[in-house]
Amino acid sequence: MAKYIIKRILIAIPVLIGITIIDYAIMCMAGSPLEMLQGPRVSEAAVEARRIALGLDQPFYVQYFAWLGQLLQGNMGYSMKNFQSVSGLIGEHIGPTLLLMGVSLVVSLVIAVPAGIYSAIHQYSKGDYAVVTASFLGSSIPGFFLSLLLIYVFTVTLGWLPSGGMTTLGSGGGFVDVARHMVMPVMVLAFSMAGTNIRYIRSAVLEIMQQDYLRTARAKGIGRFMVINKHALRNALVPIVTVIGMEIPVLFGGAVIVEQVFSWPGLGLMTMSAITGRDYPVIMGVCLLSAVVVLIGNLVTDILYALVDPTISLK
Amino acid sequence: MKKDNSEKLVKNKIRIGRAKDQPKDLSNESYGQTVWRRFRRHRLATVSLAVLIVLGLAAILAPIIAPYDPDAIVGTFSGAPNGQFWFGTDQIGRDVFSRILYAMRISLLVGLMATVISTVIGVVLGLVAGYFGGLLDMIIMRFTDMVMSFPYILLVLVAASIFEPGLWSIIIILGLVDWPGIARLVRGNVLSLRETNFVKSNLVAGMSLRHILFSEILPNTVAPILVYATSVVALSMLDEAALSFLGMGVLPPTASLGNMLNGAQSLTVLTRQPWMWLPPGLLIVVLVIAINFIGDALRDALDPTSTTSH
Repeated sequence: MAKYIIKRILIAIPVLIGITIIDYAIMCMAGSPLEMLQGPRVSEAAVEARRIALGLDQPFYVQYFAWLGQLLQGNMGYSMKNFQSVSGLIGEHIGPTLLLMGVSLVVSLVIAVPAGIYSAIHQYSKGDYAVVTASFLGSSIPGFFLSLLLIYVFTVTLGWLPSGGMTTLGSGGGFVDVARHMVMPVMVLAFSMAGTNIRYIRSAVLEIMQQDYLRTARAKGIGRFMVINKHALRNALVPIVTVIGMEIPVLFGGAVIVEQVFSWPGLGLMTMSAITGRDYPVIMGVCLLSAVVVLIGNLVTDILYALVDPTISLK
Repeated sequence: MKKDNSEKLVKNKIRIGRAKDQPKDLSNESYGQTVWRRFRRHRLATVSLAVLIVLGLAAILAPIIAPYDPDAIVGTFSGAPNGQFWFGTDQIGRDVFSRILYAMRISLLVGLMATVISTVIGVVLGLVAGYFGGLLDMIIMRFTDMVMSFPYILLVLVAASIFEPGLWSIIIILGLVDWPGIARLVRGNVLSLRETNFVKSNLVAGMSLRHILFSEILPNTVAPILVYATSVVALSMLDEAALSFLGMGVLPPTASLGNMLNGAQSLTVLTRQPWMWLPPGLLIVVLVIAINFIGDALRDALDPTSTTSH
């Protein structure tokens, strides 16, 4: 087991280094950060001095290694807009995003797992059709359109929920207030994730239901309840773990748009403002962070596989 | 929509007997007929296909159908729907119905072209990686991992912020990020096809590499590629809509379904003028859901071993 984990980490390292090279190449292609400095009040000589000070006169690979060296020391650079450190900015915004992502993931699983299993067990029933159609709707509706519809219904028409932000201004927050602000963003993220998950879990459970060991279990006459709950569901854990692993990049991406629409003060909103402001160090920091998260997510998924499925041997 | 195994057997030409609900003789059925018969069992997909054909025709014939020039100011500002302007007019007095027709053209074009680009890249890389294996395979697959490790929308947004926004940059960006799934799929199929006897006999017969790759292996993996590509069309259309909604995709005055929704970020439009954002939004949902249903039915129709999902 330990050997397997070490091997997987060793495979992930070149991928991560490759990602940093792509990151850096994009940053260089996008233009010199000094363009932001130039103006009528900055002399050519000053820009040149700054260029040498920042090491921009060095060849590409020297710059890259200097950047990598800084990164390994935990320095991700500074925002070009407000000169805050990128790691500080990320630290400030990651909390709300993790909260949003975590709650959405849990809600989507709470919807998708029972719905997917129900749908598989009652295959071709009316309930099955309803669940499958709803799941198609979930994965086909654009997140921003669903957000607009929800705002239209719950904020504009009914006036039940606030349309954006994380807390009511001046109220100082509190659990209930944050929860009220979270309802709509979570609904949007969870609905679209559940759409994909339901179909995935459904077809996985259908496959399990056809296995020989389930026929044996049925033949033993232990009853439908025991067959499904003791034999089928334990094996359905594997696809559920896969689903969680697949959701991590989706969540990161979905959060960008949802945070934008609902002005949720998380990483997505920060990234969007960095992108529109061409704040490259911040964009690169976020790209790097998300790549690390995705790679860790993949690794954890593979390890969980082995834990829930004893037939997978790790070599 | 019940499946039975007899159908599978018929297809494999091992006819044992016919099921009760299939009185027709299927022995002379061509592959295309089999696929079509199975496709029609998925009722939602059949309806979706009809809807998509109608909408596709409307998009193609937009210059004939559209009552007004989509970019011309023809009416009052933000006029409600009436007999003259079926879906009302937008903030600066353009006809919403005409704009929707043209927007649908753009959205379908982006979806199809981005899919063509990513399919070509994915197929070539997948074929090469799967067939040659070794170091080349490792490099290609690690590169695929890298592209897949970026959160998709982040990659698209960063690329969109660097390139000049516009219709063709959107198509190219989406095409350049959508291929890893197809590359993996093709590679996996090639790996198993490489070991089959018909490919080995080609090798023995001294056929050229190009012939083996493109005339022997590729045709045998077309069905899964087609199914996957359908989902890429749907995904690309959603991404185009999201990007244009954020103002980083297709730029006005060119109408796209996404940028028509952009106006709904303003509270007045959202609350008082639903005709400006509701129809394009619903149209995206209808188009994407129809494409997804068709992809789902194709998967069952093209896969002779499929007995599970419908």
